[in-house]
Amino acid sequence: MRIGFKSFSLTVAAAAIAGAVGLSGFAKPADAAGKAVYPPEMEWSWTGPFGTFDRAAAQRGLQVYTQACAACHALSQMFYRNLTDLGYTEEQVKEFAAQFEVQDGPDEFGEMFFRPALPSDRFVSPFPNEQAARAANGGAYPPDLSLIVKNRALGFGSIGENFLAMLQIRGFSSGADYLHALLAEGYVDPPEGVELLPGQWYNTYMAGNAIAMPPPLYPDGVEYEDGTRATLSQQAYDVATFLAWAAEPRLEERKETGVKVLIFLALFTGILIAVKRRTWADVKKH
Amino acid sequence: MSSHSAPTFKNPMVRWIDSRLPVFSYMHAEYGTFPMPKNLNYFWNFGALAMVVLVVMILTGIMLAMQYTAHIDYAFDSVERIMRDVNYGWLLRYVHMNGASMFFIVVYIHMFRGMYYGSYKQPRELLWLLGVVILVLMMGTAFMGYVLPWGQMSFWGATVITNLFSAIPIVGDSIVVWLWGGFSVDNPTLNRFFALHYLLPFVILGVVILHVIALHVTKSNNPDGIDVRGPQDTVPFHPYFTAKDSVGLGVFLMVFAFFVFFAPNYMGHPDNYIPADPLVTPAHIVPEWYFLGFYAILRSFTDDWWFFAWFMSWIMDAKLAGVLAMFGAIVVLALLPWLDTSKVRSCRYRPIQKWVIILFAVNFVVLSWVGGQAAEEPYVSIAQWSTLLYFFLLLVVVPVVGWIERPRPLPSSISEPVLKAGGGGMAGATAAKMEKS
Repeated sequence: MRIGFKSFSLTVAAAAIAGAVGLSGFAKPADAAGKAVYPPEMEWSWTGPFGTFDRAAAQRGLQVYTQACAACHALSQMFYRNLTDLGYTEEQVKEFAAQFEVQDGPDEFGEMFFRPALPSDRFVSPFPNEQAARAANGGAYPPDLSLIVKNRALGFGSIGENFLAMLQIRGFSSGADYLHALLAEGYVDPPEGVELLPGQWYNTYMAGNAIAMPPPLYPDGVEYEDGTRATLSQQAYDVATFLAWAAEPRLEERKETGVKVLIFLALFTGILIAVKRRTWADVKKH
Repeated sequence: MSSHSAPTFKNPMVRWIDSRLPVFSYMHAEYGTFPMPKNLNYFWNFGALAMVVLVVMILTGIMLAMQYTAHIDYAFDSVERIMRDVNYGWLLRYVHMNGASMFFIVVYIHMFRGMYYGSYKQPRELLWLLGVVILVLMMGTAFMGYVLPWGQMSFWGATVITNLFSAIPIVGDSIVVWLWGGFSVDNPTLNRFFALHYLLPFVILGVVILHVIALHVTKSNNPDGIDVRGPQDTVPFHPYFTAKDSVGLGVFLMVFAFFVFFAPNYMGHPDNYIPADPLVTPAHIVPEWYFLGFYAILRSFTDDWWFFAWFMSWIMDAKLAGVLAMFGAIVVLALLPWLDTSKVRSCRYRPIQKWVIILFAVNFVVLSWVGGQAAEEPYVSIAQWSTLLYFFLLLVVVPVVGWIERPRPLPSSISEPVLKAGGGGMAGATAAKMEKS
């Protein structure tokens, strides 16, 4: 039995090492000089084993997205119907969707036509195609924001820091940290000697430091329906929460299921260990 | 071993079938009374775990394929639809995605166990070879599976890896065009990768069955690496190893579930959540983590590396050298049964080989680590020295250690100490003589 446990712990250690290898795939954010700049780490409601999206923040974030981002950035993986998950009623969602026009058709005359959007429609994209988006934005293509929080989640620094963050179940929160930092803190005057092209702004957290997006948010630029003070940081935080939800609307269901699954597996494995000991009780291995 | 006599089944239906197609007798012999060395440790769980992961991958894969669209315009969106709108689609996809990583973790540990305890040695060489074939098939399957979501890393990983074949002299470029079905990674490439990604797991399953058949001929090795002497050394597979494998499975499923539910993207690359764009190259193109060790070997061969400049540059260019080294790394593994010149299997009794194998494993971890770093110093030098060490250990150190090492005395049988305690020295003494022959 003693040998069994020794080799068992050895096995677990080997598995842990193999798992840690998985970290090495993380890309690193880097500035122009090639040194990594990691955004400040924020508290997010949706991290941890029981994390849920802060509905109030996400609703405010929808308002920020609609008023400040949607003119250039699509959210094409989302449907208006998804908004009921954020606590809106179906009536509210219908009303919200109806503000936007979608192209539909062809009708019985073979003509395409515009109609108000329905909850079953995808979020209407600001431009019909990439070329139109580039033409309207000085050659730059504003990325789709549906998965921005997930695809900008570049980790927290070293392999060790990422490993700890993984154990703390911080998921893709580094993507939200990045978004918050980029919007709220990144726009500063360029340091001495940095030349920017026309149509570029300096941003500490943008890869390469040159960003084609003018500062999109400013203090009190949005008047929140719930009366929250719309500081720059608050708006950035809210829109990051909203986009984290948009990146993975099933996150809450996933974590809820995970807690149940792990409790079950822990109990079941306990039983299996007892069965194994009982079965092997009469066998002398050495 | 003599307990293979066919059981009599009570159920008449079972008896009727079994007398015509002895599936029940077969299961009884191979998974019921099958003799297992009783001193196996928990490292021997990983074969069964790999089998479980393979089945999980095939089942989740079939269900994902029902919702996936293999077309460059729809693949990314169809995967997102699975994540958002398909019932439990997020679960299927995260299980499948993390299952690939789990498969490699389990298989790498399984291989380490084989190397440490000498499971590849006579008479299990073919068993080991079949295992290497499974590894190669897994790598092909995993690579093509990673292309299917059609994210940035999918596209650029596919571009980089398929381009490796252009290193082949004369016909290389034609081969690449043939693989692509066009002049770049494009819709035909995605389509054929999907077809092959669906096909290869069943080929793997076939080779796994051969692997298991070969195992049931030679029977399991054990931590002492000595042959089973008789029934006193073994216990029947059921209930002893059904119970023990279940414990390993329970622990493994907890680790697996943790990743699926709480860190599903930890082992992936965030860039793969950006739709593929042939006009935008990612800053660092990296393969999935389980390929990084081999990727580091590939990248080690640069024009300015002294080893390449001295020994290889006059026959081939650096790219071809890298490709050959990467494939060579697996070929060398396959040759291990013949490279190891020792008569003793288990590293428990091999004081030098033990550290050679541990160093080999650590070196592989180092290679995997540098494989994920940018191609700059000090990582390039570390990768190059690690690459040399990889081949040096297997091609030079392992054969030499087999000759010069003085193994510790082997126990005469698995149950020897038990017999000694009981005062029966005779059986042990005879067994020791048999070991020499």
